[in-house]
Amino acid sequence: MTDKKTPVDSGKNKSDVVTLDEVTVRFAGDSGDGMQLTGAQFSDTLASYGNDLGTFPDYPAEIRAPAGSLYGVSGYTIHFSSHDIYTPGDMVDALVAMNPAALKVNLKDLKKNGVIIANSDSFDRKNLELAKYESNPLEDGSLSGYQIFSIPVTKSTLETLKDMNLPLKTAQKCKNFYALGVVYWLYNKSPENTIEWIKEKFKKKPEIIEANTRVLKAGFYFGETTELFATRYEVKPAHLPKGIYRNLSGNEAVAIGLVAASKKAGLDLFLGSYPITPASEILQALSGMRQFGVKTFQAEDEIAGITTAIGASFAGSLGVTSTSGPGMALKNEAIGLAVMAELPLVIVNVQRGGPSTGLPTKTEQADLFQAFYGRNGECPAPVLAACSPSDCFTMAVEAVRIAVKYMTPVILLTDGYIANGSEPWKVPTLEDLPEMKAIFRTEPEGFHPYIRDDKYVRPWVKPGTPGLEHRIGGLEKQHIYGNISYDPDNHEFMVKTRELKVSNIANDIPELEVHGDKDAKLLVLSWGSTFGTCASAVENLTAKGTKVAHAHLKYLNPMPNNTEQVLKKYDNVLIPEINLGQLAKIIRMNYLIKPIQMNKVKGLPFKAAEIEQKIEEILKGNN
Amino acid sequence: MSEKIETKYTAKDFSSGIDVRWCPGCGDFSILAQVQRTFPQMINEEKEKIVFISGIGCSSRFPYYMNTYGFHTIHGRAAAIASGVKTANPDLSVWMATGDGDCLSIGGNHFVHLLRRNIDINVLLFNNRIYGLTKGQNSPTSEHGKITKSTPLGNVEFPVNPISMAIGVEGTFIARALDVDAKGMQSIITRAHEHKGTSFIEVLQNCVIFNDGAFDYWALKENRADRVIYIEHGKPMIFGKSQDKAIKLDGFKPVIIDLNDGKHSANDALIYDEKSKELAYIVSQFSDNPVMPLPLGIFVDIDYSTFEDDMAQQISDSIKKMGEGDVNALLRGNSFWEIH
Repeated sequence: MTDKKTPVDSGKNKSDVVTLDEVTVRFAGDSGDGMQLTGAQFSDTLASYGNDLGTFPDYPAEIRAPAGSLYGVSGYTIHFSSHDIYTPGDMVDALVAMNPAALKVNLKDLKKNGVIIANSDSFDRKNLELAKYESNPLEDGSLSGYQIFSIPVTKSTLETLKDMNLPLKTAQKCKNFYALGVVYWLYNKSPENTIEWIKEKFKKKPEIIEANTRVLKAGFYFGETTELFATRYEVKPAHLPKGIYRNLSGNEAVAIGLVAASKKAGLDLFLGSYPITPASEILQALSGMRQFGVKTFQAEDEIAGITTAIGASFAGSLGVTSTSGPGMALKNEAIGLAVMAELPLVIVNVQRGGPSTGLPTKTEQADLFQAFYGRNGECPAPVLAACSPSDCFTMAVEAVRIAVKYMTPVILLTDGYIANGSEPWKVPTLEDLPEMKAIFRTEPEGFHPYIRDDKYVRPWVKPGTPGLEHRIGGLEKQHIYGNISYDPDNHEFMVKTRELKVSNIANDIPELEVHGDKDAKLLVLSWGSTFGTCASAVENLTAKGTKVAHAHLKYLNPMPNNTEQVLKKYDNVLIPEINLGQLAKIIRMNYLIKPIQMNKVKGLPFKAAEIEQKIEEILKGNN
Repeated sequence: MSEKIETKYTAKDFSSGIDVRWCPGCGDFSILAQVQRTFPQMINEEKEKIVFISGIGCSSRFPYYMNTYGFHTIHGRAAAIASGVKTANPDLSVWMATGDGDCLSIGGNHFVHLLRRNIDINVLLFNNRIYGLTKGQNSPTSEHGKITKSTPLGNVEFPVNPISMAIGVEGTFIARALDVDAKGMQSIITRAHEHKGTSFIEVLQNCVIFNDGAFDYWALKENRADRVIYIEHGKPMIFGKSQDKAIKLDGFKPVIIDLNDGKHSANDALIYDEKSKELAYIVSQFSDNPVMPLPLGIFVDIDYSTFEDDMAQQISDSIKKMGEGDVNALLRGNSFWEIH
């Protein structure tokens, strides 16, 4: 365990240190430049200094898109602060551009007078042409509104390593650490955290440890010894509540949430899954957790992913499957089987841009209808949605709790934005989690497979239990006895009972909370990953005296019991969504209110400023 | 089963007692009967540990008729669901009932990967070479040129050979039985149960309504001796009413020899070897060759480690190496800090 670190002060630098409340930095380069790793390292270091932060990795679907191309640019944004934040930031204070394409793509997000740290070595004729620059922007005066720091990153890297006789390609690969070193210096953070990480990561390759460490330090010392930067910046630690913290991404959060919940439920965890962007990290993380008894099954396809999980649940384990939109489409028939067989199951859909293959690495919230209505027949299943990277933990635990308690498949929606993004998380212990012990029926007396308790829940029986042998399946079941039944009245009764069982879960979830101005006439209603931007927008505006409030739905089906009562208190309800208005349509249908839609479907999250602008327009009556 | 042994259960204990709703005369009745008769002999299992998984089709109603745990699932997915059941709880004895459409068409992908993974599941494939439950369309085992409801001008597809396919995808126990040959089927079921790893049994099964007589050429009593060969490990491949014909290999090409022609003797007959996948493949191709007899019996019985055992091994090795997983340590992760 490390304690909060103190800022670096070598005493040698002559630059002034300016204290800022918050900063947003973006690393951008080719998809092979290691920008994701660089960004992740920077955010881990900031987290260890006690800053609050939000990150946003944004990368192309191609693993190594053609070098220098505009569409091959990979970026990683880190917003860090000395107060609570919810988002990776709208506009960037400092942009690290490893090539002209990275500069071109990202310049629109850079604040006026923002910092550009550019690798001048890559601004050659070929790369400028690929980025469609007619002249070199570092030299032609077109960037006069910004602070340009033009640094020969590639040459300096090679120079640092010249006595090591590394292959040129290997040496060049280290250049992202040079840039990271410069940024550490600029923001007054020690590179020590990353040096430790390099040692662990490459422990079998001492040469690579040496090379990366040297280059990282060289970048840091470059900042210190040159007088290029007149100012350094310092963001003090945030005043977070006491406790143990870690940095956590959404996909990691789902994985550890499932393990924790399975232990709490006293069940073995079984994950059936097929690799798919951006959900594969869940499969990968759980595959390395055999010491927790976790069984992972990389299935032959998406259908086998969910059906092996259903088999595991039938056998008495906690069956889980993880996927993204296109995979979800393939699983829907099997979800119907789990609804009919009334077995616990968790389906995690890390949403991405659709339809079809769509935008695999970009974010979207357009699978809400699929989660609600994607199956044949009257086929109700609880739908939950996580609101931030660390909330993926909480909601994964909730998904397990509801699935086990109510013998039902539960759909958990996250998306690429929060799955890959990360934030500091106050670590709970197993004891802090809700009770959810699974109960298996072992008593043969009076047993029938479809007998129900007061919450309409049928018993779960582990095959292998003597005297309780029974058959279940996808054909309609006779009430109580579970035999096949084609009786019309029985079918209608069972359809209604399954619906009732799910809608009754509303009594077992938290009520919808409202934040913001008490006298507000306008409510912003969000769900899923738009939470952070909506919360920031409403906080920013209420701080200025604007009368607006915010509520966020984490339980979509069923919705909290007080949802209608909350919504009807407001003259207007604004629903921002990264789709064409799926929650808005459900709200209109369920509660007969007419929400104001705000939709963006660009594969990107909202910016808080966009939402603030919309709120102000509505309040001015310009809607 | 000639020898009478004391058993814990009788065939009746395995009957769920509900009305069996297959068409009168259906070959499925025989399969159900042989399973119910064989199970009491398999005394190493408690009845509650037996699980039947099925997909969709006439065959897939099977679990409802067995007084065991059962799960009638969705079309084609029985192999995947059974894989989940067995992996989650390797103590269970998992059986799968499936048909030629369910297993080889819509479920072909899962079937391939089940065999490749060698999960200890016993697969009973009811092959009647037609879609029965949907009333008479061609199946992936229907003959080329066959007239069915969906091929009124004749089937333009070639059928898959389930035994050859199973060998090709690394099956470790592969056998064929005939619905009307009760004893043959019983002994194969017993061996399949003993085999650790996926056991695949193709049962040629007559559909009285939509494909009646499909197997008469081999199955009728008067035809069987001359047109069927029972293969047995370590035994010469001899067949015929008076055991007067044998199989010999001419290079890779199997030929029939006449044991009464004065030139050949039983010593010339090929000795079957169920450990040889190469030989098994050659013999499996007899059924596509009109001059060769139809092979019945066990084609392959070899030992590979099973998926569920390897998984259990990884779990116990990981626990040995790292200790039983500590959830609170997992939640903290490797890189955490404390705010005081």
